[in-house]
Amino acid sequence: MTSTMLSYEDVVARYEPVLGLETHIELGTVSKMFCGCATEFGAPANTHVCPVCLGLPGSLPVANKAAIEYTIRLGLALHCSIATWCRFARKNYYYPDMPKNFQISQYDEPLCVDGYLDVEVDGQAYRIGIERVHLEEDTGKSTHVGGATGRIHGATHSLVDYNRAGIPLMEVVTKPVPGTGALAPAVARAYVTELREIARTLGVSDVRMEQGSLRCDVNVSLNLPGAPWGTRTETKNVNSLRSVERAVRSEMIRQAGVLDGGGRIVQETRHFHEDTGQTTSGRSKEEATDYRYFPEPDLVPLAPAPEWVEEIRAGLPELPAARRARLAVELNATPHDMQAMANAGVTDLVAATMSAGAPANDARKWWLGYLAQTANAAETDPADLNITPGQLAEIIALVQAGTLSDGLARQVIDGVLETGQPPAAVIDARGLRKLDDTDALTTAVDEAIAAQPAVVEKIRGGKIQAVGPIVGAVMKATRGQADAAAVRALVLGRLGVEE
Amino acid sequence: MDLIELSAASLGEAVATGETSAVEVAQAHLDRIHAVDGALGAFLHVDADGALAAAKEVDDRIAAGEKLGPLAGVPLALKDVIVTEGIPTTCGSRILEGWIPPYDATIVRRMREAGIVILGKTNMDEFAMGSSTENSGYHPAHNPWDVTRIPGGSSGGSSAAVSGYEAPLAIGTDTGGSIRQPAAVTGVVGHKPTYGGVSRYGLIAFSSSLDQAGPLARTVLDAALLHEVIGGHDPCDSTSIDAAVPALAAAARAGAAADLAGLRVGVVRELSGEGYQQGVLDSFQSTVDLLRELGAEVVEVSCPHFDYALPAYYLIAPSECSSNLARFDAMRYGLRAGDDGVRGLEEVMSLTREAGFGPEVKRRVILGTYALSSGYYDAYYGQAQKVRTLISRDFAAAYEQADVLVSPTTPFVAFKLGERTADPMAMYINDLCTLPASLSGVPAISVPCGLSTTDSDVPLPVGLQVMAPALADDRCYRVAAAVEAALDARRGRPFMSDAPALEGAK
Amino acid sequence: MASGITRDEVAHLARLARLAVSEEELELFAGQLDLILQSVSRIQQVAAADIPPTSHAVPLTNVLRNDEVRPSLPPHAVLAAAPAAEDDRFRVPRILDEEA
Repeated sequence: MTSTMLSYEDVVARYEPVLGLETHIELGTVSKMFCGCATEFGAPANTHVCPVCLGLPGSLPVANKAAIEYTIRLGLALHCSIATWCRFARKNYYYPDMPKNFQISQYDEPLCVDGYLDVEVDGQAYRIGIERVHLEEDTGKSTHVGGATGRIHGATHSLVDYNRAGIPLMEVVTKPVPGTGALAPAVARAYVTELREIARTLGVSDVRMEQGSLRCDVNVSLNLPGAPWGTRTETKNVNSLRSVERAVRSEMIRQAGVLDGGGRIVQETRHFHEDTGQTTSGRSKEEATDYRYFPEPDLVPLAPAPEWVEEIRAGLPELPAARRARLAVELNATPHDMQAMANAGVTDLVAATMSAGAPANDARKWWLGYLAQTANAAETDPADLNITPGQLAEIIALVQAGTLSDGLARQVIDGVLETGQPPAAVIDARGLRKLDDTDALTTAVDEAIAAQPAVVEKIRGGKIQAVGPIVGAVMKATRGQADAAAVRALVLGRLGVEE
Repeated sequence: MDLIELSAASLGEAVATGETSAVEVAQAHLDRIHAVDGALGAFLHVDADGALAAAKEVDDRIAAGEKLGPLAGVPLALKDVIVTEGIPTTCGSRILEGWIPPYDATIVRRMREAGIVILGKTNMDEFAMGSSTENSGYHPAHNPWDVTRIPGGSSGGSSAAVSGYEAPLAIGTDTGGSIRQPAAVTGVVGHKPTYGGVSRYGLIAFSSSLDQAGPLARTVLDAALLHEVIGGHDPCDSTSIDAAVPALAAAARAGAAADLAGLRVGVVRELSGEGYQQGVLDSFQSTVDLLRELGAEVVEVSCPHFDYALPAYYLIAPSECSSNLARFDAMRYGLRAGDDGVRGLEEVMSLTREAGFGPEVKRRVILGTYALSSGYYDAYYGQAQKVRTLISRDFAAAYEQADVLVSPTTPFVAFKLGERTADPMAMYINDLCTLPASLSGVPAISVPCGLSTTDSDVPLPVGLQVMAPALADDRCYRVAAAVEAALDARRGRPFMSDAPALEGAK
Repeated sequence: MASGITRDEVAHLARLARLAVSEEELELFAGQLDLILQSVSRIQQVAAADIPPTSHAVPLTNVLRNDEVRPSLPPHAVLAAAPAAEDDRFRVPRILDEEA
């Protein structure tokens, strides 16, 4: 055990990481992979089961056509070749959440092979090779009773619900990814983020990591520069994008510590802990489990017709990368801008605001600026704010027309967020119109000047900047409805001072 | 007219015309079971109430003027490997003792719809592994021709029931010969359909790529009629063939004219010779002569890879079964042993399977686990699947020279209980003749063709196996019907007339 | 490749197959399986290097079903045969940590 943790910078200065990612995506079909039971989430225990997904003696599987189509869709989006002939295989092992004690999966004949996915991190492009995409069935869910934290350790027994047994899963496996250096954690995260985005765009899954419809196992190994790749570990229970990044990072640090101490990395499955950000040892994979794979005799081979595959290809929607490229042009945004919007999660919102008529720059400015800040402060996502892109576009138009100042616009936005009322109603209710009445304004200006003789002295003495407090007083008196720039000009004009 | 001696076809007609009622027919057979099953051990469960209720329903429907199929009101014995809703299904194993399935197999649904009256579930070798029904977890079954002898296996309960007049029809399953061999040694007709010709949904799997359910009966026509009820595409079974069931009853009727002019019959050289009993060979030879007399052209064909059928089968079947039987783990249904609240899950699983499975099942599960293991897969399971292709090619070549292939169904007549239980290999060689058709998936029928006295003190039945190309089940029925008709004519009476009376029978 | 099987191998396989075989059974099975394996091993004599394997006797492909919901089993039917049930779930003995 190392007594002091290495710093990440130290680790990446001396070691090179190799990554591998295995991602399971639950398909959004209405029925299960091999039977007609519903896939709807949250049903009472054991109410979505039948002889097939319960693995009752005598039951037989029949493959779901939509699941196959979705898998081909994803394979094409990842630039894979689609198998012209392939089979399902049995993966044999004993576990109570698997009713047949084998899982119908694919082994040496996956449906999609040899593709890639491009990501960009900090301006660097990485092409992640995709080894395969295959189709399999999910297991049931066990809850462990009697132990301290619901974990297996210390439990007296377990309770099994087979509702999720048989849900279709796609498994996407990358080829090993060397050459990411210090950016490995970020590259891993970017990969999962993009894969998720692609799956969502294709409509094949709702990819909610919190609900388990997208699960990620991260594989990490370290080697000295120029040396062969090291032994890899597999980390499971990585349930969010942030965890992907943290898990890679912490595992790199841990492995470096072991290697520095002259130790050996054990090929094993590790468990990621959300709370500590660390991984702990799970079952040893030293002696890899022999799953005794053989072709599933209860199913016949899949031979997707070339015409069908082409039909699917032709029906693919605009993929995220292409969409981003198009939006960059439409949103008049630099790659940096695009990255900033993606990171803030506002790309779609900006685009929608533009569709509603707002100029690109304004739409960007407001979402990246005031709205992103507001969302952050409220610990929510911009997309969940109580204002629509259409409403924002309306407000922007009013600013353009001179009816609102920026300051007033912010107040209108606040009003919309608070009340859920449309901008026009908020403006009326709170009287948030820019002050046009020059008499009232002149009065306010004169009063402010009269009230601050010391400041007036300074201005007349040449310190133009000192006009601030007087402008502020006028803004306050007019409840922000005046245009600050115009007020400033008025004040200076009143005082007979040139800018 | 003794109802239990009638054929299924005749019974169906008698019920339809009102000459007798389905309830009377059912009762007669239930009485017969009551009288003789103590000696035969054919049944594991008799569903008297269910049978009489089903029979009454048939009578009611006929009374209401409904036109039902040719087997409405005919009783049937169902091998306990087939799942029946609400009726215990054990597969001949203690691990499923008392299990009541919540669903019906597709073939059960079809039989019920046809008005067939299911009398109960028949005895079998545990999980269909065996050739004598001595591997039943409950009790052995006995051959009506000589109750000290086996009725064959694994569908021994079904063959004993039909041969013992407890039912005119039975369903068996055949993986390596388990319909044909029991039929042969009990003197009845048994057919293994083309693989995929009959739905496997609800057939508890032993070896998925080989299992097929099929009919047993005392006449070829009865078997054909039953096959027409159960056969055909099932969307619940991905391996079922999407084609109409051929006109099998018509083929059987046509065959009964006993005219085989224009038919080419191939005698398979490899399915004969050393180790085959003389009585079997004699009956077979005289039947081949008969085929010639009926007009067939007989040729000898050679299928050299048939010599590897036994090792291929005893690698493929155990491999698939080791996976198919993994689900019997005490978690969801069936036996749970050793759960004292302290033992862990793995231990309870292992204790349960140890207690619930018999030795033959354990042997095959272990053998299958071995054959699928990494490092051994290519040499064993992988190799066996290749040899399977070679066997199919041998069949294809043979079918260029002949329309059907014939052989004895099994090398021996019924042996004594206990005679072959000490040595698994001695039991496996029962399957020598039946395995090739199983591995290739081609249809094959066994029809009684003679009695042997050379290896027993009582005359014992010998079966002729007729194999046809895939989907040509009608050819099997036609040729079998021709043999049956010719031999019945020669004998002047049906084959089963020579069976001895049973203890307890009136 | 050796065509026999040892007692230790049989014991290992029994564990993999979740069979708590007794000592006597182990003794008996090892002998029997050794003979069976030697017999079936002659399958390796067949020259089959270029032969494609058969996993299905019937050459079907693309048997698929439409993505439609069909009725599930009623809950009482699901758990009726369970050796133990709790909270509408199957109750199973505790899973020990170190299981391989």
